[in-house]
Amino acid sequence: MTEPRRTPLNTPPTLQPRVSEPVETKIEVEGLDFYYGQTQALFGINMQIPEQRVTSLIGPSGCGKSTLLRTFNRMNDTIIGARAEGVIEIDGENILVPDTDVVSLRQKVGMVFQRSNPFPKSIYENVAYGLRVNRLTRSKVELDERVEASLRDAAIWDEVKDRLHGPALSLSGGQQQRICIARALAIQPEILLMDEPAAALDPLATQKIEELIHKLRERYTIVIVTHNLQQAARVADFTAFFLLGHLVEFGGTDRIFTSPGDERTEDYITGRFG
Amino acid sequence: MPNVLETELDQLRERVLFMGDQSEEAIKLATRALIEHDHDLAERVISGDDRIDALELEIEWSCIRILARWSPEARDLRFVMTVNRLIPILERIADHACNLAHATLAIGRKPLLKPGTDLPKMSRMVREMLRTALDAFAASDAAAARTVIERDEEVDRLYDRVFHDLLDRMTHDSAVTAHAARLLLVAKHLERIGDYVTDICEQVVYLKEARVIKHQRLQNRENQ
Repeated sequence: MTEPRRTPLNTPPTLQPRVSEPVETKIEVEGLDFYYGQTQALFGINMQIPEQRVTSLIGPSGCGKSTLLRTFNRMNDTIIGARAEGVIEIDGENILVPDTDVVSLRQKVGMVFQRSNPFPKSIYENVAYGLRVNRLTRSKVELDERVEASLRDAAIWDEVKDRLHGPALSLSGGQQQRICIARALAIQPEILLMDEPAAALDPLATQKIEELIHKLRERYTIVIVTHNLQQAARVADFTAFFLLGHLVEFGGTDRIFTSPGDERTEDYITGRFG
Repeated sequence: MPNVLETELDQLRERVLFMGDQSEEAIKLATRALIEHDHDLAERVISGDDRIDALELEIEWSCIRILARWSPEARDLRFVMTVNRLIPILERIADHACNLAHATLAIGRKPLLKPGTDLPKMSRMVREMLRTALDAFAASDAAAARTVIERDEEVDRLYDRVFHDLLDRMTHDSAVTAHAARLLLVAKHLERIGDYVTDICEQVVYLKEARVIKHQRLQNRENQ
């Protein structure tokens, strides 16, 4: 005999949509051109990145996806000859204007890189660093609380709570990456940029990062660049496909991965090129 | 990201079970409408079919979405494939319930003739089979699914009896031919529901054991 299935359902269970409408726009890009010296890397990009959702940027190497990502916290400023034209509004403010306070912009827009890059310090100090430098806490107790909360949010607290003062570099690659995420979260950003955050990790560590991204989307706007199409399909609510510096298509991940509107998108996600 | 995928698969399972409940309920109500000559109830069964059709489309889209986004493998892949095959079966079962309701309207207030007791019995049998099949699906219980497959023979035997009874009535009383033919169709709809429940159970065996047991004769011949 089988176990009783359940009591008859009075109300139908619903499938939770990955994207519940409506969504607010967090980042609005209008007519963005980007140049490395004489070379144009992005051409007239227009897109609206929704708040508290995961948006993935995909496309073959050199398509401009990382360049775009790095414009969102003005990371490209450090590259000689690089310049952006157009508008990028975050919460309605154009961050490309010269008088933008880049330090506070980067507090608001955190970033996680492909290679985990913890400082050669303790786990605790790695997470506390940004809080200290920016004087974001008033007491040691508050600092401890913020470090713990950040490590918990990055789903690594249980693994490191007994060795907080041990070296961060002694952790595995996946753990180091989550420490870097905790470090980014510590300064309480609103947006998290992730540039291939799992590219250097093994499948299990990748899975943990993806689970973490899924959890973080409840509180942060996440923009992720990935070469791994399946990863984009798994983690992203919205997907943008770039080719040769042009935004070819942008929409809900469900649609992009089941019925893309542009043949070039279809060719890319089915492995015809790239 | 198995946790998220598992959650989505659990939701899919619940949705299929809900659709199964709706189809089962449609058979029950259509049979009651037939027995009690309740035309309002028959109309309700017919109008409710749209909801079941919509469920089929919704769940089908979910299957496509999960395949595209998760590339499920092994038992997860079998689960999505099974769901994708179950939903048109459940939709057809609901269509047969609808046909019972249409027959009720056509029969009007005429009595069910002699097989009046056998038709409700057939209906009860196929509903019990459907419930057990859905339970087996929910629990991935291949053994339970196999017992349901065996029960289909009882439904077939009952159908044969109804068929011969009605044929006998038609032979002996030409005045009831049209009415008996309609009842024959009612019996046929119930018998077909039994066949569809068997198909569901074959899918449950596939889900659990990764074995295809349909078209067994063909497979036996190939094995020889």
